[in-house]
Amino acid sequence: MIGATNFNFMRLRHAASILSIILIVISIGAIATRGLNLGLDFTGGTLLEVQYETPESIERISTALENAGYRDVTVQHFGAETDVLVRMSEAFRDNLGAEVLNVLQTQSAENKLTLMRSEFVGAQVGEELRDQGGLALLLALFVVMIYVAARFQFKFSVGAVVALFHDVIIIIGLFSLFQWEFDLTVMAALLAVIGYSLNDTIVVADHIRENFRMLRRGDSEEVINYSINQTLGRTIMTSLTTALVLFALMIVGGDLIHNFALALMIGVVVGTYSSVFVASSLLLLMNISREDLMPPEVEEVDDRP
Amino acid sequence: MLNKYPLWKNLLIVLALIFACLYAAPNLYPPDAAIQVTPARSGAEMSEVVLSKVRSAMQERNIEFFGEEVTGSTALFRLTSNENQLPAKDAVQRLLGDEFIVALNLAPTTPDWLLNMGAGPMTLGLDLSGGVHFLMEVDMDDYVKSKMANYREEFRNRLREEQLKYRRIQIEGQTLRISFVDAEVRTQANSFISRTYPEFQQESEDKGEYADVVLTITEAKIKEFEDYAIKQNLTTLRNRVNELGVAEPLVQRQGRNRIVVELPGVQDTAEAKKILGKAANLEFRLEAEPGASRFQTEEYAFRNEQFRTARLEKAIIATGDSVTNAQPSFDENGFPQVNIDLDAKGGAMMTQVTRKAVKRRMAVLFVERKPKTTYEKIDGVEVPKTIQIVEKSIISLATIQSTLGNSFRITGLESAEASELALLLRAGALAAPMYFVEERTVGPSLGKENIEMGINSVVLGLALVLVLMAVYYRLFGLVANVALLANIVILIALMSMIGATLTLPGIAGIVLTVGMAVDANVLIFARIREELGNGRSPQQAIHEGYNRAFVTIFDANLTTLIVAVILFAVGTGPVKGFAVTLSFGIITSMFTAIVLTRAIINWIYGGRRIETLSIGGQS
Repeated sequence: MIGATNFNFMRLRHAASILSIILIVISIGAIATRGLNLGLDFTGGTLLEVQYETPESIERISTALENAGYRDVTVQHFGAETDVLVRMSEAFRDNLGAEVLNVLQTQSAENKLTLMRSEFVGAQVGEELRDQGGLALLLALFVVMIYVAARFQFKFSVGAVVALFHDVIIIIGLFSLFQWEFDLTVMAALLAVIGYSLNDTIVVADHIRENFRMLRRGDSEEVINYSINQTLGRTIMTSLTTALVLFALMIVGGDLIHNFALALMIGVVVGTYSSVFVASSLLLLMNISREDLMPPEVEEVDDRP
Repeated sequence: MLNKYPLWKNLLIVLALIFACLYAAPNLYPPDAAIQVTPARSGAEMSEVVLSKVRSAMQERNIEFFGEEVTGSTALFRLTSNENQLPAKDAVQRLLGDEFIVALNLAPTTPDWLLNMGAGPMTLGLDLSGGVHFLMEVDMDDYVKSKMANYREEFRNRLREEQLKYRRIQIEGQTLRISFVDAEVRTQANSFISRTYPEFQQESEDKGEYADVVLTITEAKIKEFEDYAIKQNLTTLRNRVNELGVAEPLVQRQGRNRIVVELPGVQDTAEAKKILGKAANLEFRLEAEPGASRFQTEEYAFRNEQFRTARLEKAIIATGDSVTNAQPSFDENGFPQVNIDLDAKGGAMMTQVTRKAVKRRMAVLFVERKPKTTYEKIDGVEVPKTIQIVEKSIISLATIQSTLGNSFRITGLESAEASELALLLRAGALAAPMYFVEERTVGPSLGKENIEMGINSVVLGLALVLVLMAVYYRLFGLVANVALLANIVILIALMSMIGATLTLPGIAGIVLTVGMAVDANVLIFARIREELGNGRSPQQAIHEGYNRAFVTIFDANLTTLIVAVILFAVGTGPVKGFAVTLSFGIITSMFTAIVLTRAIINWIYGGRRIETLSIGGQS
């Protein structure tokens, strides 16, 4: 069974470091060159209301717009069956309404179409949400670092925060690489990943600390290895249950939260990996030792001559 | 004895569970689709004639309805089928015309005995219920600028009264520059200003031939202005939203200078925007002098008195957007009155006109823009066509006693009259201009779809986790599963009780909680297995397992909670919903995964000799 493993994780740490570095370089490269495919929340966007003389099916309209090359088109009825609302992440232009109307008119030639109005989500609001999101991310990392430093030890908090940065950068990198839409829910997922990945890191750290204090023998590498093996069953089990519910969200949760679930799913995989390899190898790199973790001993003062 | 909970602890747990079940129960009753009929004019009654009209309109179209309810002036008709909601609305609106507002609504079906306990279902966010969301920004700079203009007028009058000679008063951004004739006058003015207007900081400056004082308004006062402007705009928006007849509108301040308006069930954003962004709707005019030319006058009816009319001049002294405040109060003799404040522009016009019109009467004209729907036949299909009609009526006609300025009062009113007049005067006034910065619409069908998908993902996710836990941890897994189910019930009960809003990301938060909540049990069970492996007795292993896992669970959950709280603090709308369910989920899961499972385990194994535990993984 899983509980009885004795796998030498720390022997793999150099290979893992190289893998992490490659992933991070690719991520940063992707973010720098391709940027992020930001959603309506962050960019501001456009919304159009079209009135049909006789009802037209939503599917046909969606297909027509998608074939015409518009991205992230959502179409829905609006108030009456003859009214259709088209939303897209296209930047707002004055003639966009006319363009879209033209596409729809060509498709339903016998129908009479009227553009009722065109609206947009303010770009300034989007910009603010972007700033807020970034700020929240940094704030979360900072608070967490302080907490871990206070509860454990400074070296642990460095390990934890580097692992978290690692996770967040890789998720953002993948979203950039594949140009998946990055919206407000994905931002929320990133924060949840911080919570989740930290959870993992803390459980491992907790065992490392305990084992440093309890096991009198073995060097740091052996103690860390032992701790990781000890928690491996739990790590796999929890990752599995979380991955299962995320899987459920991804297949039946609908388009609105698909990317949210996707970001979390990547987060669970990367977060599990990073708590084993990144956080723990960093502890070794910083020469964590038994002395770092021993409860401060009360010095006995002997003042007899 | 090892692994025994005292009776009171067990009772407390059972009690908490019963409590949670009761308060979560209202969510099991799906709401009925309904239409809501309200008179377009406030104060009008809902009559039997109207009700029977509504009934016949729906019967004509074979739309089944039931459970007719009239509360105050609002009537609610429940429909047997959701698909009938839009056709029913169209049919009823058409028959009743523009005298009534017909809105879509979802009527709760919570049984009375639960309602009496104060239990009710969770509020659904717009992404689940359908409706429109607006974010409006209040232009504070403009407001402060108009305030400075008011101050300039005031200083002109007061300095003249105090005989402090000045040459000019200029507005420079958010400061006022007053140029006095010499330094001596300035010194007198300094003490007068600091006495009367403590909200200004003064700074002397000698520029050219005059002795200048630069007045800077304090930050605290600006903040006060902003708060007032937002409050006034909120009130006005609420009044306007009420005109829409929406079931449960939300009008709320967000941040320093923004207002969120959420209108569940509303689909026509154009109409909603028109009413929210409605132009000024008051006019101050003089009563026509006898024998005045008919070309320069117009006759209007009174709003609250039938058959009474008055002839007014066509010239408008000021409009509703000049009204910055109107409050009912009592004069020195204890008679009701309404105090009215105008902005600088309105005040100046008022002074100019009333100076020559003392003892004449001035009317306040209330202007309503109402949509009127007509139906036109185009190619055999009837198409609704909405036009705006303007209705004006007199709400006050009072004699001008002396020259009026920025601030004046209308006396000779009944007490009820005074409060209504003040309300009407304020209804049109936005203290500061606003513009739309965000607008979102979710159709009712999309909302329904979102709920369905949300429930499906909860059910599927839960099922997968339950199976995995039972297979991997045997009996202990089943116990954890009971805790998991209890966790969801408690979470829903908690959210229903505090009136939290459920959004689609909120449901995602519940799903995520399901996945993460078992973590605590996994940690505990792993510890128990470890202890068994170290050769401890089953009872000791249970005891040690729970004890030693607690610190880890606590640390891990607390950090997640910190992140959730940050998310709540900076997030908006749907993201906030996610943060809420995540934080509550963490807290409730601590209770169920640690306390509840322990109680069950104790009940199964506690206090007796046992050889093995059904926890799996010991081969």
